[in-house]
Amino acid sequence: MAAQAIEVTAAKPRHGTASVGAAGASASSLNPATAEPVATVRNLVKQYGKHRALDNVSFELHRGEIVALLGPNGAGKTTAIRTLLGLTRQDAGEALLFGKSPREREGRLRTGAMLQVGRMPESLKVCEHIDLFRSYFPTPLPAAEVLAIAGLTEIAGKLFGQLSGGQKQRMLFALALCGDPDLLFLDEPTLGMDIEARRALWDQVRMLAERGKTILLTTHYLPEAEALATRVLVLQAGRIVAEGTPAELKGRVQMSTVRCRTSIAEAVLRGLPGVTEVTAGERVTLLTTEPEALLRALLPLDAQLSGLEVTGTAFEDAFLALTSQPAAPAL
Amino acid sequence: MATTADALVTMPRTTPSLTRVYGKEIRYELTKLARNRAFTLSTTGFPVIFYLMFASMNAHSEFHGQLYSRYLLAGYACFGAMGSALFGIGAGLAHERSHGWLELKRASPMPAGAYLLAKLVASMCFAVAITLLLASLGTMISGHIISLFELGKLLLVVVGGVIPFASLGLLLGLLMAPNAAPGIINLIYLPLSFCGGLWLPVEMLPSWLQHVSHVLPSYYFSRLALGSLGYNTVSAMLSWSVLAGYTLALLALCAYVFHRSESRA
Repeated sequence: MAAQAIEVTAAKPRHGTASVGAAGASASSLNPATAEPVATVRNLVKQYGKHRALDNVSFELHRGEIVALLGPNGAGKTTAIRTLLGLTRQDAGEALLFGKSPREREGRLRTGAMLQVGRMPESLKVCEHIDLFRSYFPTPLPAAEVLAIAGLTEIAGKLFGQLSGGQKQRMLFALALCGDPDLLFLDEPTLGMDIEARRALWDQVRMLAERGKTILLTTHYLPEAEALATRVLVLQAGRIVAEGTPAELKGRVQMSTVRCRTSIAEAVLRGLPGVTEVTAGERVTLLTTEPEALLRALLPLDAQLSGLEVTGTAFEDAFLALTSQPAAPAL
Repeated sequence: MATTADALVTMPRTTPSLTRVYGKEIRYELTKLARNRAFTLSTTGFPVIFYLMFASMNAHSEFHGQLYSRYLLAGYACFGAMGSALFGIGAGLAHERSHGWLELKRASPMPAGAYLLAKLVASMCFAVAITLLLASLGTMISGHIISLFELGKLLLVVVGGVIPFASLGLLLGLLMAPNAAPGIINLIYLPLSFCGGLWLPVEMLPSWLQHVSHVLPSYYFSRLALGSLGYNTVSAMLSWSVLAGYTLALLALCAYVFHRSESRA
């Protein structure tokens, strides 16, 4: 397992596309009736001057999936969504919505988007914004339902400018739902929300997926990807460096954390089995791929060793391990 | 790939009623502007205050054989129309573009024409409202200064004259940062108004400035307004042609700027 993890992180460029194929195959075998992807991205490249925002990115979205694009700021998450929405043109590769170009109106009628909007017209009421967006679609969701799903029913008569940060996010979520879309893009959906509102939105997203909607969300908030996504694409410097369910990603990085108080020198600690990282402190923190072997070697070295604690991989550690490798040089 | 899409279609989708989309877009653009006090106060406030000051100072004096307050009515109606087009469209678009709102709308199936037409129609409505307000103030100051027929002609000029300034507003909205918008707009709006003879008769300007004014759209706009009140001035044909020329040139620039920014997006 450890060897596999190293292979994934080390052989990013080749591995990205290979694992996409595998995941696509498993998704279609789960649901053969709707095997055709809702959205497809193939070898997408987007260059901003010298900065390569997307570097040969490929993935597919299938019906009923909640896919999280996870990555640090600037990893290319928003660029991927903007390309699929037809808001930006790729330099190479292909992006398809329902088998067609994202610039076609047809795709837009079946797509809802929640983008990062700093400000929207503040002197319109919540219900007025929703009424206007609903008018763009031939078969919109009833306004009352949009308000209920987004949790805005009680503040429908308020001006947008009077809403709190979290309420504004919910307003944007509501606009994404107006057309009763089959595919929903959520760009950092819970930014600025409190825990309660965040969980309520997660519940709504899960319910939408159960009704057969497909959701692509970007987040740099790890618990969000872990709690919500059926599949996670880890994006770093414009490349997909890993892909899988949250549990699979954790499994790929068989890292354990060992903490203890010890007088052993750092140089010695670094030489112990499987140790990849040593952090000094009141207690020393060791990251290891082989916790059992490490403990067998560690305990005889220091009879005074105390405060020992061993913990398994947190999703956060897996994510850091996957993205901390330096990116391969751009072409 | 077409079969893929067909297989995924779950219910028949038709195009939404275009009149409904356009109607709602216009209605909410008007609502939005009407509730924006900074906009309504500055676009109606300045023409009204200036007109009240200058018209009541010269309540019964004459100019070109007619009441001065009549002459000023034409100028300040144009001043109000230009303000609502430049601020309503220019500043509005600058905000909506840079805060991501326009992008969200573009990601939706909203027809682009509905967005632009709503902004144009809203400016026209404000221009009409300001003109009606000024005409009633003028009547209060100087007695009966305008017939209903003349008012109708003046309103037509005002509505048509909004178009080139709406195009200018569109261009500014595509270029300006929202924080700089009010300043930049005023730097263009106020000199255009002064040199175009909207505040004072062009004949009172120094002669070199009169040469400048003869190339400005605001000059031809105000000539049309004066013409509708029976003043003998530049031919309406020439004035409309100049305004149409400005409109086409500005819209071409808008298209260029928009495509340039889109290719960089």
